[in-house]
Amino acid sequence: MAASIPWIILFTPLVAAGLILLFGKYSKPLSAGLAIAAAGICCVLSWWLFGQPEATEPNQFYWIQISDLFSIPIGVTIDPLSQLMLVVVNTIAPIVFVYSLGYMAREKGYWRYFAGLSLFLFSMLGIVLADNFVMMFIFWELVGVSSYILIGHYFDRDSAAKASKQAFLVNRIGDFGFMLGILMLWAVTGTVVFRDLFTQIPLLESQGVYLVIACVLVFCGTIGKSAQFPLHVWLPNSMEGPTPVSSLLHAATMVAAGVYMLARFFPILDVVPPAREVIAWVGGLTCLFAALMATQQDDIKRILAYSTISQLGYMVLGVGVAPTWDIPMFHLFTHAFFKCLLFLCAGSVIVSMHHEQNIWKMGALKNKMPFTFICTIFGALALSGAGFGPIGFSGFYSKDLIIVWAVQNAPILGWIAALTAGITAFYTFRLLFVVFLGGPRSDAAKHASESPLVMVIPLMLLALPAMGAGWPFIERIFFHVVEPEHVPHFVHYVLFALFLGGLGLAWAFYARAEKDPVSIPLFAHRFYIDNVYDWMVKNIQGGLANLSNWADRWVVDLLVVQTPSKITWVCGYVLRFLQLGNIQAYAFFFAAGVVGLIYLLIAR
Amino acid sequence: MTPTLADYLLVSGILFTIGLTGVMLRRNIIIIFMGLELMLNASNLSLVAFSRYHLTAVGLPNYSGQVLVFFIITVAAAEVAVGLAIIVALYRARQTTHVEDLNSMKF
Repeated sequence: MAASIPWIILFTPLVAAGLILLFGKYSKPLSAGLAIAAAGICCVLSWWLFGQPEATEPNQFYWIQISDLFSIPIGVTIDPLSQLMLVVVNTIAPIVFVYSLGYMAREKGYWRYFAGLSLFLFSMLGIVLADNFVMMFIFWELVGVSSYILIGHYFDRDSAAKASKQAFLVNRIGDFGFMLGILMLWAVTGTVVFRDLFTQIPLLESQGVYLVIACVLVFCGTIGKSAQFPLHVWLPNSMEGPTPVSSLLHAATMVAAGVYMLARFFPILDVVPPAREVIAWVGGLTCLFAALMATQQDDIKRILAYSTISQLGYMVLGVGVAPTWDIPMFHLFTHAFFKCLLFLCAGSVIVSMHHEQNIWKMGALKNKMPFTFICTIFGALALSGAGFGPIGFSGFYSKDLIIVWAVQNAPILGWIAALTAGITAFYTFRLLFVVFLGGPRSDAAKHASESPLVMVIPLMLLALPAMGAGWPFIERIFFHVVEPEHVPHFVHYVLFALFLGGLGLAWAFYARAEKDPVSIPLFAHRFYIDNVYDWMVKNIQGGLANLSNWADRWVVDLLVVQTPSKITWVCGYVLRFLQLGNIQAYAFFFAAGVVGLIYLLIAR
Repeated sequence: MTPTLADYLLVSGILFTIGLTGVMLRRNIIIIFMGLELMLNASNLSLVAFSRYHLTAVGLPNYSGQVLVFFIITVAAAEVAVGLAIIVALYRARQTTHVEDLNSMKF
């Protein structure tokens, strides 16, 4: 019985997605109801499963089995890591699903949307439960597909269609590395099952550089899925999807799959310090650059998107510097709540602004949308890591933990991350002040009103964990975090000072600003990385396309296909003059041939 | 004077040449057909001659050649039946047995 619970959790959303596709067209409440019911069942079962002991027996069946050399099982793994992740995903998902009722109420493609969400939930749970790399990779791609469907929800908008395509293609680049990494590990150990891989760590350790390359390639999957530099460009563009999608997929859960995968892979990473160094540097630089980009964006969702990249950078940095997976996963846990909350707040603002997303068209919303305002404050304080000593919001505990570990194990990255924490406070409160304070900057802002209850209640439900998910007594239920020993205490003072500095700067610049008083084109244009990629696609990729077009036309078509055909044709043309139509001529040729053959036989 | 193998082969060769010449030079398809038969029988003659002159160890003729002749005669009979049927069909269709008029299968 207990062994079948994970399978029920996994397949319930898939069944819901199928039913919605079949019948959802005819009834809006039915499609929403099916999706929410499935998410609710998953939620209840996940919390029940969280109380269960770790499963030690493999719970799997063989999908492909070719002798003993090659077998691919499909199986579920139940250990503290997957139990935790199940709880995170399945707690946030129902809240976002309910919120979607309000957000999508007047949108087209209602059933398509809920079917997509259910499919996403299925794929995500597949990643979480997978007990081997191949199954994880399959669901990894399924997550990519559902993300593609949901980003492209407004597919009649050109930008949305492009964004979904970009998200899919950029992810594929990372996934290719991921696949190579899996194959490299399989080539040495002959297995893809995590449990068996971990028993072969001594063998892997003896591989030296090979193992480092394999680990970095596996990490490529994270770079793509968790939008790390240099493959981060798809995440801000994916904000073309509906806001609840951004909230669930592109902030709270899906993009965290990359970090989850690293945590799952942690026992092997643990013995490969060079690979962890690469991971730490990618994470640290991503978190700094994304935060800098966020300071100059005008679109409310894009600011949050860059902040998501930045926070994912913290998690990846955590994987690189922390001694256990608990520390990055702790940040993933708190981030899921407060980032989901912030996105849902943004969605609430966007709906009441009639789908205006530019923060410089908003303003003075604090009295018109009091609940959203308060919830956003909670989210902002959690995101910027407000807190000192033992008291603080959830982000404070998890982020500071990563920073102090980084300060101990990689001081340069530690101080980069600390500086980023200040920048985080700056851009978060810039958003808050511009949107909710000041004067209304457009007609829509003057006539805005609070969103319906079905949207406000999820906000409040998320505001609580955004505040308290990091409190030590809650943290102890889910994690076993350890503090580093050799970190001077003043780091905490510095962090608090940086938070206050960021907050103060934001207040000084933006509390009463009518338009952006700061203009840094480098940040506003995202370090021109998008332009570089455009250039690369246009010139390098375009050049290669031209080259292969040339090769196809002149080498394949002309040389390989058309030349033999022409030669055959000419030979045939010449030979058909022998067709005289005179039977005696044929007889003569035949006789001459026979004589010739006899001559050859005798003369030889 | 008993005829030798060479005499038989000479006669056979002459018959074959007459047949081939007929096939090459005559225009009437029936005559060509007769030429073909002549060539077949020329080869039959040489086969029988070989059979008669290559005795086995106990002094019997080598019957393989004679058996082959029977086969050729049988097959030739079938071939004549089919060939004549084709010629009759051709004559009905084209009102001619002249090969120079039957040249529509050329480029």
